[in-house]
Amino acid sequence: MDGLKVNLINNTMLIQTAFKNIIRGGKRTWLNVVVLSFVLVIMVAYNGLLDGWLEESRRDTIDWESGWSQLWHPKYDKYDIFTLQDAHGIIPEDIKRLINKGVATPILVIQASIYPHGRMQNIVLKGINTEQNILKIPSEKIKTTDDNIPAMIGTRMAKSTDLKKGDRIMLRWRDKNGVFDSRQLLITHIFETKVGSVDSNQIWINLDDLYQMTGMSDEATYIVFSKDAKVKSDISGWKYKSNYFLLSDVRAMENAERVESTIIFIILLALALLAVYDTQTLSIFRRQKEIGTYVALGMTPKKVTSLFTFEGTIYSVLAVLFAAIWGTPLLYLFAKTGLPMPEAYTNIGLTLGEAIYPIYKIASLIKTILLLIVLSAIISYIPAQKIAKQNIVYALKGKIN
Amino acid sequence: MINSNFFIVKCIKTLKIISLYKSKPFNAMTTNKVITISQLTKDFPVGESYFRALENINLEIGEGEFTGFVGPSGSGKTTLLNIIGSLDKPTSGTAFILGNDVSKLSAKESAALRNLHIGFIFQSYNLLPIYTVYENVEFALLLQKKSKEERHKAVMESLEWVGLTDKKDSRPTQLSGGESQRVAIARAMVKHPTIVLADEPSANLDAENSHHILQTMARLNKELNTTFIFATHDEKVMQYLQKIITLKDGRIESEFNK
Repeated sequence: MDGLKVNLINNTMLIQTAFKNIIRGGKRTWLNVVVLSFVLVIMVAYNGLLDGWLEESRRDTIDWESGWSQLWHPKYDKYDIFTLQDAHGIIPEDIKRLINKGVATPILVIQASIYPHGRMQNIVLKGINTEQNILKIPSEKIKTTDDNIPAMIGTRMAKSTDLKKGDRIMLRWRDKNGVFDSRQLLITHIFETKVGSVDSNQIWINLDDLYQMTGMSDEATYIVFSKDAKVKSDISGWKYKSNYFLLSDVRAMENAERVESTIIFIILLALALLAVYDTQTLSIFRRQKEIGTYVALGMTPKKVTSLFTFEGTIYSVLAVLFAAIWGTPLLYLFAKTGLPMPEAYTNIGLTLGEAIYPIYKIASLIKTILLLIVLSAIISYIPAQKIAKQNIVYALKGKIN
Repeated sequence: MINSNFFIVKCIKTLKIISLYKSKPFNAMTTNKVITISQLTKDFPVGESYFRALENINLEIGEGEFTGFVGPSGSGKTTLLNIIGSLDKPTSGTAFILGNDVSKLSAKESAALRNLHIGFIFQSYNLLPIYTVYENVEFALLLQKKSKEERHKAVMESLEWVGLTDKKDSRPTQLSGGESQRVAIARAMVKHPTIVLADEPSANLDAENSHHILQTMARLNKELNTTFIFATHDEKVMQYLQKIITLKDGRIESEFNK
């Protein structure tokens, strides 16, 4: 009991002494606090950007491409274009009921060719119900009103094919019997999306038009479900694909980005901590007489090490407070304005908008702060422990190199 | 069995530290000798060899003595002072300080011995630069966990002894050399130690200031019966010493009582 009391009082005294040393440390304290707070804000902003981008990617992928879940024709493989030839079939009755309820929408996918400006280009032709509102694809823009077959493309496709709204383009495809057929499409709309995988190399037309063109009435390649569909398993041989599966691309991207961000994180942290380590090491070596004096006055070398480690830890705590003061409004503003993305980025298949809006997650914030505090404590401990371990007589005379 | 032995050893160690924190030293002395050194040798490693700084030192210092180790640079006086101050340990032989064998003290026990019973005065004062005069003197008492009132009383009394009450809020950088050394004396004396070790206390001071601080120390020695031990080669300091122990090449060459 007594021993515990002694320790508690000693530690309180150590913290008080460390505080006093820091507050009166002048430029040294400010240098450490400013550098650490700067790094902390950058780390939080960077993390927020990454989280914001990934969250947006996830949301956009659900909104534009995957829905909440899907049912795939047994022969369909999203990643194998050669499966498209046979990956279609009559929509099972159970699913038709869901389509009629408005909680599911069928998509029929076939391969086709177009000839923009005389060049042949293989594309993926997708038929979508013009009444659907499960995906954000603006399918109402391809409602058939006359003899034309209205079609829409995304901005990426428009750019790569040099097609504009109102252009007509020759389309060639195989019908259900494998016979080639061709017709002109009228580009009625060019949509803009952050999800490149519903845009690049794809043309969307009215599902009814596609049925008529291919003779594949009532068929689909896959069915997209809304949140209310509550489909959880295979239906009539069609394969159930969960949200988790459908977002695996986003997750893979997230994992790759996390690795990249961890490397950037380490570099950032290393730079900041190197600055703090330098300042601390210099200051601790400059303060070796002080360390010797503490020991001569009756502190154990262990307590002196603790004192300097406390100092390092308090630097980071002050940096957190300082960062909160100047960083919070800045990060808030950043979350409002977002980080504008160059157009070139949207053409490389990444789900990116005009700007990325950071999202600051509490867990991520706490993790970053704790990491900074722990590492600051460690880099303060190392030089202090080195001096305290040496012959204190040399420290008293300032002779440790 | 092993556990119970370990527990007993732990208990003995704890008792020893607690006893160091009490006014009486752990090993009650039968005489008034505060320091007993016998056959002490101290070697410092130099590359693969070693340098013998002290050899076969035997001496006793009694309570209230005003003693000095004198000799040229490299004679071993500071090394001997550091061993007495439990800042260093002998290579062989024994050094009993207030009945405690310094070579057997743990880091905690050494710290307790220094904190309660030994005051240090250094050549370059070693004041804590960011603290005021008051805080510098107070620091040793903070380590002793004394109350604020006790600390205030003791610090003011100590500053009065050295005539620096008016400078209590100054920083060390605002003080002259003589004033800094007087603060160091106040810091050493504030805890009423049994022994004060002064390593070349006048080396950085002019003659007037040297005499001033020596007079202060001599007065405190008489008033408080504190044992003062100096390491010096300064003639001015020698004038004040009651006992001079001359060291040469790590050995005691002579011992002279005035």
